[in-house]
Amino acid sequence: MLRGGICGAGLLGLGGIAWLGPRRSELQHTVWQIDPTICEACGNCATYCVLEESAVKCVHNFDACGYCRICFGYFPPQRTGDHEGAENQLCPTGAIVRRLVRDPNYEDIQKYEYTIDEELCIGCGVCVKGCENDGNGSLYLQIRHDRCLNCNQCSIAVACPTQAIRRVPADQPYLKKEAGHKV
Amino acid sequence: MKPERLLICPFIFLLIFPCIVRGEQRFDLPDFSVHQIPHTTTPPPRVVLYEFLDVIVLVAALSLASYLALKRRRRREIFILMVFSLGYFGFYREGCVCPIGAIQNIAFALFDSSYAIPYVVLAFFLLPLLFTLLFGRSFCGAVCPLGAIQDVVLLKPLSVPSWLQQSLGLLAYVYLGAAVLFAATGSAFIICEYDPFVSFFRLSGSLNMLVLGFSFLIIGLFVGRPYCRFLCPYGALLRLLSRLSLWRVTITPAECVRCRLCEDSCPFDAIEPANLNQTHPRTQTDKKRLGILLALLPVFMIAGGWLVSLLHVPFSKMNFTVRLAEQIAAEDTGTTEEISEASKYFHEKAQSEEILIQRKTDVSNDALKKRKQFHRGCWLLGGFIGLVIGMKLILLAVYRRREDYQADRAHCVACGRCYAYCPIEHLRQDPTKKVTIQ
Repeated sequence: MLRGGICGAGLLGLGGIAWLGPRRSELQHTVWQIDPTICEACGNCATYCVLEESAVKCVHNFDACGYCRICFGYFPPQRTGDHEGAENQLCPTGAIVRRLVRDPNYEDIQKYEYTIDEELCIGCGVCVKGCENDGNGSLYLQIRHDRCLNCNQCSIAVACPTQAIRRVPADQPYLKKEAGHKV
Repeated sequence: MKPERLLICPFIFLLIFPCIVRGEQRFDLPDFSVHQIPHTTTPPPRVVLYEFLDVIVLVAALSLASYLALKRRRRREIFILMVFSLGYFGFYREGCVCPIGAIQNIAFALFDSSYAIPYVVLAFFLLPLLFTLLFGRSFCGAVCPLGAIQDVVLLKPLSVPSWLQQSLGLLAYVYLGAAVLFAATGSAFIICEYDPFVSFFRLSGSLNMLVLGFSFLIIGLFVGRPYCRFLCPYGALLRLLSRLSLWRVTITPAECVRCRLCEDSCPFDAIEPANLNQTHPRTQTDKKRLGILLALLPVFMIAGGWLVSLLHVPFSKMNFTVRLAEQIAAEDTGTTEEISEASKYFHEKAQSEEILIQRKTDVSNDALKKRKQFHRGCWLLGGFIGLVIGMKLILLAVYRRREDYQADRAHCVACGRCYAYCPIEHLRQDPTKKVTIQ
């Protein structure tokens, strides 16, 4: 009798927490994402992820890219020439692929397309800094959800010095960086 | 503004000029006629449907575990279910989200109105509690992957002395209180950060976490389920609820014959022996002791609250804003030479001296607010710890008569090891069996 009563009280208590459901809860799952407008590409993403190879990768917003011949995200500040040799690449793993674009509008000016090889990218953000400081800022870091384990507490978020990582709704899991956002 | 400040203004502008032009669109966008500009790929996250599948698996596993522990009463079957759970929730789902960590989501959602807790996480928190209230801790025995990984390595269980077991058991409540405090203030999810086994489930992790996990497993060779019994904050909740459970694990399926065969069968020291033959303690002193303890309970709580509230300043350093504000203040007063990464970016982001000053006041105000929250929270945490210690002493002071050998309501994890030791159980499973009881 008494036990039944106490047990009922416990059930009521659980019901009370469950009531949190309709008020503070949603069907929508959340996932972690980097807000590129806050991110400073410090490099912590490459090392603090629980995965051996970070879930954070560099992505390229092609719409904002200038397709420049000399890309500040691709070449280091002191480059030895206009070639794509390893010593001439900013990316430590050579994950940026540079390709000449053939287009009738640009017969005499050379335009280059830069794509990220995600297999090689480690998410260190070195290219992001280069592009941000001297270019259009079209390269930025994002958590790739085919890799992310969606930990309850993202361990990169804990280590992020600008607190740029936050929970976003799972149906819009990516944040886009528009060109010239940082004025 | 003072005139000399006005003179400096242009120079400040020159200094901050590079900041203003950062990230601007410096190069014209190309105008291709033939070439297609590619789209940035966006691989989607795991479908929500699968998350609900996890809930279904959880309900199924909980129901099966309760059925096996209370009705079927076979250790082997419970063991198989436990290994399945270790595989599914542990190695396949890589240990996230788990009910233990969900405590923090609940605390965070209760105190931060901007955070909406996903239904899946809510279900993971509530379902094992509900099942425990009905059937005892069958979740711990066969569903929790953290319990399972410790259970499978248990090689030669040693008995932990009662005083040590009782006092170490209190650590779980302290851990629970601290986890709620840090989650409610939006500072950290410490249960997830210091989860000792998640690095095994993911087969990767920092060296510290691997060392922590390995030490738990090595201790676990000789001490049954050390994390579950002495640290697990969810286990602390389940201990409370399983005291109230409607049904529970019984060692014997019928009447206990006090054969004492099961006495040493529990590796978790969760069997309470019958104490009929013991001499009765003096009830008068007992009542007095109980009265004193009851009267002391508020004293314990206030003392605990005061003691822990002394720690609110170091505790508040778990919060990012407080850390940043302290660092900035230390740099400004020159007490520290080191510049932290966070404060470096904080200074870089401000575009002018005025904005920087404004942001500094904002951050220090936020930090003061957080610290006040921590002050209140620490009083509550201390009061809670005082309450737990007081209640433990009261429970220890109460003498209970036990006619049978029974599983301790709070500490039994429904692993099913003791069933095989009971001769009555053997009779139940095979009535033709000859059992002689001396």
